Amino acid sequence: MFGKLSWSAIPIDQPIPLVTGAVVLVVIAAVLLWVVVRGHLPYLWREWITSVDHKRIGVMYTLLACVMLLRGFADALMMRGQQAVALHSQGYLPPEHYNQIFSAHGTIMIFFVGMPFVIGLMNLVVPLQLGVRDVAFPTLNSVGFWLTATGALLVNISLVVGEFARTGWLPYPPLSEMTYSPGVGVDYYLWSLQISGVGTLVAGINLVTTVLKLRTRGMTYLRMPMFCWTTLASNLLIVAAFPILTATLAMLILDRYLGFHFFTNEAGGNVMMFMNLIWAWGHPEVYILVLPAFGIFSEVVSTFSGKPLFGYRSMVLATMAICVISFMVWLHHFFTMGAGPNVNAIFGIASMIIAVPTGVKIYNWLFTMYMGRVRFATPMLWSIGFMVTFLIGGLTGVLVAVPPADFLLHNSLFLVAHFHNVIIGGVLFGAFAGYTYWFPKAFGFRLHEGLGKAAFWCWLIGFYVAFMPLYAVGLLGMTRRMQHYDVPEWRPWLLVASLGAIIILIGIVCQIAQLVVSIRNRAELRDRTGDPWDGRSLEWATASPPPVFNFAIAPDVSGEDAYWAMKQRARQQGMDDARPDYRDIEMPRNSPTGFICAFFATIMGFALIWHIWWMVAAGAIGAFATFVVFAWRDHDEYVIAAADVARIDQANTAERRALMSGAA
Amino acid sequence: MAIAHADPHHVHGLDFAGAGHAGPASKRIVTGYGFWIFLLSDIVMFSCFFAAYAVLSGQTADGPKGSELFDLRSVAAETGCLLLSSFTCGLASIAADERETTLFQLAMALTCALGLAFLSIELREFASLVARGAGPSRSAFLTAFFTLVGCHGLHVSAGVLWLLTMMAQVTAKGFRADIQRRILCFALFWHALDIIWVAVFSVVYLLGAGQ
Amino acid sequence: MSDQSFEPHATEFAPGDEGEGQVRTRILGYVVGLGLAVVLTVTSFFIAGTDLVWQPSIPVAIIVLAIAQMGVHLVFFLHITTGPDNTNNVMALAFGVLIVVLVIGGSLWIMANLNQNMMPMDQIMQMQR
Repeated sequence: MFGKLSWSAIPIDQPIPLVTGAVVLVVIAAVLLWVVVRGHLPYLWREWITSVDHKRIGVMYTLLACVMLLRGFADALMMRGQQAVALHSQGYLPPEHYNQIFSAHGTIMIFFVGMPFVIGLMNLVVPLQLGVRDVAFPTLNSVGFWLTATGALLVNISLVVGEFARTGWLPYPPLSEMTYSPGVGVDYYLWSLQISGVGTLVAGINLVTTVLKLRTRGMTYLRMPMFCWTTLASNLLIVAAFPILTATLAMLILDRYLGFHFFTNEAGGNVMMFMNLIWAWGHPEVYILVLPAFGIFSEVVSTFSGKPLFGYRSMVLATMAICVISFMVWLHHFFTMGAGPNVNAIFGIASMIIAVPTGVKIYNWLFTMYMGRVRFATPMLWSIGFMVTFLIGGLTGVLVAVPPADFLLHNSLFLVAHFHNVIIGGVLFGAFAGYTYWFPKAFGFRLHEGLGKAAFWCWLIGFYVAFMPLYAVGLLGMTRRMQHYDVPEWRPWLLVASLGAIIILIGIVCQIAQLVVSIRNRAELRDRTGDPWDGRSLEWATASPPPVFNFAIAPDVSGEDAYWAMKQRARQQGMDDARPDYRDIEMPRNSPTGFICAFFATIMGFALIWHIWWMVAAGAIGAFATFVVFAWRDHDEYVIAAADVARIDQANTAERRALMSGAA
Repeated sequence: MAIAHADPHHVHGLDFAGAGHAGPASKRIVTGYGFWIFLLSDIVMFSCFFAAYAVLSGQTADGPKGSELFDLRSVAAETGCLLLSSFTCGLASIAADERETTLFQLAMALTCALGLAFLSIELREFASLVARGAGPSRSAFLTAFFTLVGCHGLHVSAGVLWLLTMMAQVTAKGFRADIQRRILCFALFWHALDIIWVAVFSVVYLLGAGQ
Repeated sequence: MSDQSFEPHATEFAPGDEGEGQVRTRILGYVVGLGLAVVLTVTSFFIAGTDLVWQPSIPVAIIVLAIAQMGVHLVFFLHITTGPDNTNNVMALAFGVLIVVLVIGGSLWIMANLNQNMMPMDQIMQMQR
């Protein structure tokens, strides 16, 4: 009746996951209770859960990423703690638990922090920058978000029901095959990634179509803000790379569930096929994460330097070059696994070539700042921190791209330090810069500046204290994923690294405090004009938060830095006093399709993990029925009357006019 | 206000630098293009199964080889079904554009019948292979074969399900604009499956039979 | 997303759309496509089973015929052309084809190289016993 599921799946004998799980359940129950008792449920359902507004969905993606960041960071703290004490001893984490922690940490940080963070920011900002009312497929957008959330939910369920994978964030066979991992851990990994992978693919298709087909009048390709270009490149990579992940994980699923022989040791299976395919996805994936961050830095650096982006066209070229070359370097993740010198040499050279367009970008940002009137607000601090940190990460990356050097450094903590150097220094700093930069756009008030700066310095210093020692200890020969070790020389470095993790923890506390303080003081931090940073692109041309239709009148673009040009014109010629010709606006109606679909996907995923076949069928039929019901509805749009549009828009125009006259 | 300030020198025209850009595309183009992107991603997924098949096709683990298993006559019959169904699917698209309900339903029904015929031949082939002890667990070669061909078969099954849904929708609601867009996407899907089948019968069956 | 202040493009086609055309010419297009596809398919099947041509050329011929037939399907059934109204569709297709070539070609090259350098897995397992 319940497949492999029984009461023994609850880890009664392991206090850490049990207590954590209990605390999380209590917190969730308390929040739910508060929501129901205070009567917020209808509001949440109407305005958020069923919303197909790209801004709301973007905010929910970002929120998911922030919550999962806490979970992933808790894992990181536990690992640092374990390695700090585990010299000549077992530490406080048994091996099977430690292995689950590093697997969960990697999986969560890449798939449920990095991905939702950048997708959330792209969702929130790109339609605004393009001057349009929504993304190409609003309802699918909601489906994509909720499927990502389903994946995250399944990973977290594994904490209290059963176990998570012990195979690392990429489940290399044959260890991940049924013979060596008979538990449900790998299945949790596989199904949560398959389900969230569908969501990511949907988001990718949606954003590619939005950028290529939905741009306002006059917004030619070479007038798009840089963030739109990097969004296009990143989502093209999603569309091209995620199917590879889906196919590869499907093969592993077939091996585990139906006794196929793709990656087994028997019957001619070939484990190296898994390494090959998973990295054909895995390398583009790092650029999927970092390209949007590059776009965010381009926007931030240009805005806070008060100058147009230096070398805009070379930046576009560099972005598209990275987009293509990122598909030609994947073998460098397994130089040491038996490829011959000619193959290694070619992929090594390709890996060094891809550093060139990235270098072009660094110079462009530097030259944008050069001779500019730079304002050191929090987003700008993150950007400068990024430039220094990412440069170091990039250089160590070029180092490990040299095959002979990689034979020494492969699987050492040097490598771990390298990829944290680029992912924290690149993706996470970028996400935080974007979060601070666009927060006032999403919510109508700025974040507290002092606490933001404190958080930045803690993160920056904490990062260096935590990861520079790992470079050193990697060169001393320490491999990754060690539950305990017997080399006393490593100990001091690992102690320093755990100190770094604590400094980062203080940074995170600052960020939470910043959010709380900012919400409390939102009246003082209010952004009335919609343009708090003296911005350059179209998202600042509408109110903060923008009305549901984004723009009352579709903007008309006649050059790069569209909103900057409008402001210049208004300063010279005065504001245009003519009342615009408002018209009715059609907007897509809210739909619970995404939420219901994800509900059935959760049931189906859980049932597949535990081999409960009747429940699988129920979930599949439910999901299909949801789509048919959605396809059957007759009215998928509603109309906002011209009078309402005018009322909403005139309020914002008045604020802007006051600003302009104040400035003059 | 600033945004509403229309540029009097704005030129309507082609979407290249300097000439201006006419604004967002129509819904039909947006939907069709989005689905086109999805199809390309689907084809990338198939390319992984093709790559796995190409790498593993020699790994028979002392089991049967392709040339001992494949019956080219049934493959030819399958190919005939799919090619004809692509033609009838094309007729259905024309009928939908012309709003000819009877012709549309007839062409869709024919497409459906041909799709089901394809699926039944394929299922019979799979069943006979398994009965002969050449199931997917026999060797890495058969694993890759069943996965690649089966994945195409699953797509055809999904296509049949979609096709029936579209017939029901046209019956219930007529040729509304959103339904026309779905018909466009369905036709793209069905024709793309044919392209994948061309690769399957060439690479798997014809090359395999020669080995 | 679709109110009157946004004018749709008149200069682009959705993938799969043919634009203006008489029903008769459109049907003719599908007939020609079907005819070409059938000819190419029959040739493929014929070549695979014949002794008339030089044997080592058969795989190459089959691959070439397959690619030709995919082209026929793209043009006559999916209506992908090289016209300016189709630029975006063709660019997307080209990107997809590039990825497919990289994934299949790269995998074959890498795996052939690995197989040359490494002992098959079952033999490694034998040694470890």
